[in-house]
Amino acid sequence: MIPPSFEYHRPASVEEAVGLLSSLGSEAKILAGGHSLLPMMKLRFAEPEHLVDINRIPELKGVRVIGDDIVIGAMTSEKAVIADPVLNAKVPLLPEAAKNIADPQVRNRGTIGGDIAHGDPANDHPALALACDAVMTVVGVNGTRQVPASEFFLGTYWTALEETDLLTEITVKAFPQGAGYAYKKLKRKTGDWATAACAVVVALSSGSVSHIRITLTNLGPTALRAYDAESILMGKSINDDLIRQAAAKAMEICDPAEDLRGDAEYKTAMAGQMVQRAINEALAKAS
Amino acid sequence: MNAPVKTLEERKTELQGMGDSRLRKEDARFIQGKGQYCDDIKLPGMLHMDIVRSPVAHGRIKKINKDPAMAIPGVHAVLTADDLKPLNLHWMPTLAGDVAAVLADEKVHFQMQEVAIVIADDRYIAADAVEAVEVEYEELPVVIDPYKAIEPDAPVLREDLAGKTEGAHGPRDHHNHIFTWEAGDKSAADDAFATAPVTVSQHMHYPRVHPCPLETCGCVASFDPVKGELTTWMTSQAPHVVRTVVSMLSGVPESKVRIISPDIGGGFGNKVGVYPGYVCAIVSSIVLGRPVKWSEDRIENISTTAFARDYHMDGHLAATEDGKILGLKVDVVADHGAFDACADPTKFPAGLFHICSGSYDIPAAHCSVKGVYTNKAPGGVAYRCSFRVTEAVYLIERMVDVLAQKLDMDKAEIRRKNFIRKEQFPYTSAFGFEYDSGDYHTALEKVLDAVDYKALRAEQEQKRNDPNCPTLMGIGLVTFTEVVGAGPSKICDILGVGMFDSCEIRIHPTGSAIARMGTITQGQGHQTTYAQIIASELGIPSEVIQVEEGDTSTAPYGLGTYGSRSTPVAGAAIAMAARKIHAKAKKIAAHLLEVAEGDLDWEIDRFKVRGNEEQFKTMADIAWAAYNQPPEGLEPGLEAVHYYDPPNFTYPFGIYLCVVDIDKGTGESSIRRFYALDDCGTRINPMIIDGQIHGGLTEGFAVAMGQQMPFDEQGNLMGNTLMDYFLPTAVETPTWETDYTVTPSPHHPIGAKGVAESPHVGSIPTFNSAVVDAFAHLGVTHMDMPHTSYRVWKKLKEEGIQL
Repeated sequence: MIPPSFEYHRPASVEEAVGLLSSLGSEAKILAGGHSLLPMMKLRFAEPEHLVDINRIPELKGVRVIGDDIVIGAMTSEKAVIADPVLNAKVPLLPEAAKNIADPQVRNRGTIGGDIAHGDPANDHPALALACDAVMTVVGVNGTRQVPASEFFLGTYWTALEETDLLTEITVKAFPQGAGYAYKKLKRKTGDWATAACAVVVALSSGSVSHIRITLTNLGPTALRAYDAESILMGKSINDDLIRQAAAKAMEICDPAEDLRGDAEYKTAMAGQMVQRAINEALAKAS
Repeated sequence: MNAPVKTLEERKTELQGMGDSRLRKEDARFIQGKGQYCDDIKLPGMLHMDIVRSPVAHGRIKKINKDPAMAIPGVHAVLTADDLKPLNLHWMPTLAGDVAAVLADEKVHFQMQEVAIVIADDRYIAADAVEAVEVEYEELPVVIDPYKAIEPDAPVLREDLAGKTEGAHGPRDHHNHIFTWEAGDKSAADDAFATAPVTVSQHMHYPRVHPCPLETCGCVASFDPVKGELTTWMTSQAPHVVRTVVSMLSGVPESKVRIISPDIGGGFGNKVGVYPGYVCAIVSSIVLGRPVKWSEDRIENISTTAFARDYHMDGHLAATEDGKILGLKVDVVADHGAFDACADPTKFPAGLFHICSGSYDIPAAHCSVKGVYTNKAPGGVAYRCSFRVTEAVYLIERMVDVLAQKLDMDKAEIRRKNFIRKEQFPYTSAFGFEYDSGDYHTALEKVLDAVDYKALRAEQEQKRNDPNCPTLMGIGLVTFTEVVGAGPSKICDILGVGMFDSCEIRIHPTGSAIARMGTITQGQGHQTTYAQIIASELGIPSEVIQVEEGDTSTAPYGLGTYGSRSTPVAGAAIAMAARKIHAKAKKIAAHLLEVAEGDLDWEIDRFKVRGNEEQFKTMADIAWAAYNQPPEGLEPGLEAVHYYDPPNFTYPFGIYLCVVDIDKGTGESSIRRFYALDDCGTRINPMIIDGQIHGGLTEGFAVAMGQQMPFDEQGNLMGNTLMDYFLPTAVETPTWETDYTVTPSPHHPIGAKGVAESPHVGSIPTFNSAVVDAFAHLGVTHMDMPHTSYRVWKKLKEEGIQL
């Protein structure tokens, strides 16, 4: 990496980090795992004057259970997410999906908070956060606030975070008993972002759908939740025809950008495929 | 007590010679991270170079302002074409008889072309300075399509060639035309087509790809102003040729130029040529009197240094109604980019493309290759077959499939019918190649039996009849013949230097040895396999034979490693040098044993007196004697040099079969099975052969299924990072099954043919054949690569197939 020169800061606490962000202003960037920021700096697309490295703030790492809440520190690495026993038992979609993120080297450094805070619709955690009804804890100069995932992602590289805010925690609740889940991700190769991906969480009650989330990665300016597709299935006993209808509804909200992975038509069609496959896999796991 | 007498087998095993899958000598350092690559070279006072590159693909340079860059502390120099002009170094000759700009002279011809260089204290300052150099361009119309390049009103790309109607390879009939090269007998081929009952034609594009070695190109140039000596460490597959070129360009006597290729992290043809970066680093070092390092980054490597392929081909076959091929015609438009920078033998501007009659007995054939300039980077040397054999094999294997489809014949059957038969070797093709040896029928049946071809076809039939089957199944079959080991100097030279290679072996007094060759390993494992050849020839354990290559001050002159030429050419030189030593050793043994040479028999590691088992001298005994008590009239010492000029090429072959399952919903291809049978003649180290084959198949998989260098209309190369450019990891890579037959080359001293390129050359059309086969029942005869999910999905859609 051969970036222009920059100042490097390594705060030891959230307060110190927020203070630095506040005093340095818009020329500062937070360095979490670095797997989005450093490639941009390497290409000199991003040329921050200050890097605020939050890797040495202990309270930002790890998973805690507080009552019904499962609190994931923003600096918890993908590797730690994959290995965490609480997440595997209560919110198994997260570790399962994290295995599909990039490659082992990236997962060793890359963090759940960095993935979410970057606001890139190609990242996987935004759609996963929507599927898990996650709530973001944001600390800024004016204190702490809670932002639900549904209000967090505002546009491409644009989130509810202000310049001086730090995302500190992601809070989720355990899946309903017996819920099935799946994350289907079509990608060109290991390490690539999704051409199209879909997360599904589904719970059944007496054979009918009692809880469902269908969310999409890299199919619009932000991660998307396919509410209309969910409505098709909610309360129903699922069959192949309903799954196809739900996929069609999900495809309607897709607005992907054309790139070397494919044009909008292809990516939208792949969204349909991923939705169907994710629903089928989630149903197979549901009890 | 006497040591137990070793059996013959034990003595042979201890040598770890030819045929032994001994571990690679190289790996101890590589797996510990102790390799010494170009970028590891750090010299006192070393400066760093970085390159200002053109953002436009075709434009006139209006103005260059160096001042803001020169104002940055730590910047030593900024050089442009104007600075190189007084040295006459702003252009350089290419290995293909053209010239290439070192730094863009008034015009840029491709995106990321070298426009200026910056020399600074460190790499960071250099990169800052590159951004600070201000260049003003007037954009010119861009030509990306080679067919459009040769339309009458196409923009003139190479103004420096204005008025030149004669190129290095014959007449030029258009300002963007480089050469037209033909082989075979046109009128015989035309006659065959005029009377044949069946003809087929197919247009195909073999896309531009890049070999993308793990280590990018680079060098460290160090000129000693006191001694007037230039030493350059360089990622070069051909250090001796580079030394000759550098001497010719710089005027420094060849004896004072030393090129060292250190460990090389993969070449695949990307590291054959001489790049502007090398020239500029050398000039800078001479001018500044300090060492200068240049290391490409990944984007620079993919965008500017030797690409591969970019052949637009029209193939035609004429045949009888029962599938006997009567004639072949091929017309190629070859996109060479902005400069013709191939590295083919001088007489062959399209390399050995005329091997395109393949493994088949085709009575009449003709091919024509037209080289064309476009606004793309130069190259065409790479990859894993620098001499266009990849394109040739792709062409003929595709055409045979197309013909089989037309005649509703099985792919295996049509090949059986047209193979050159075992008893026809040595066989002279319609293009004039003399195939040395082969047994294609035996190899084909071995593969078909191994995979149960009939059962695969039955399964495919059943799946095609099942509308609910979620996949399309395709079976690819390729039966290729390669031509490698360039080459006989009567027809092969580069810059006038014959394409021989060399070996020097020195046996030390205590019986170990050092050997040096004109080739250079880049992952092939020469330090292991070359030692194994010597071990078997001289009875010295390969473990104590040191192999050194790549330093032009110590190694004998050779043309380097590319085109699978190391074993066919240098391997032969090694055997011949060893045999010279063997002959001298015999004289010494006779002297020591006090018998006539004619009374001695060689046995693994010793000369024995015939009829007296107790009387013998081992090679170690002889080595000591060579320095201690040589016979009267014989020079002391035990060493030899051999320069080997091969009498012919070698012709390795293989039979590859691939089964693919294509997801009807996503277009994803899953390689269920890939069976590769290779015949490379005598096998030196089966483990290394397997490694070579695995690597070549993996790179073939990459090319067929994902690699591409797409350009937009403005000449922007899209996808020049590893984010987009497909390098398969272990996750994507299929499981390979390998097999072999052994048909030695009759003209090679040890019967070896070379293997490194076969798996690449052979596998790419095999994957292609499998994917097309999945669609064959719909009447599809050809699909251009790469078979990415997206492109295959578009085909599924076009054919009305969905889940």
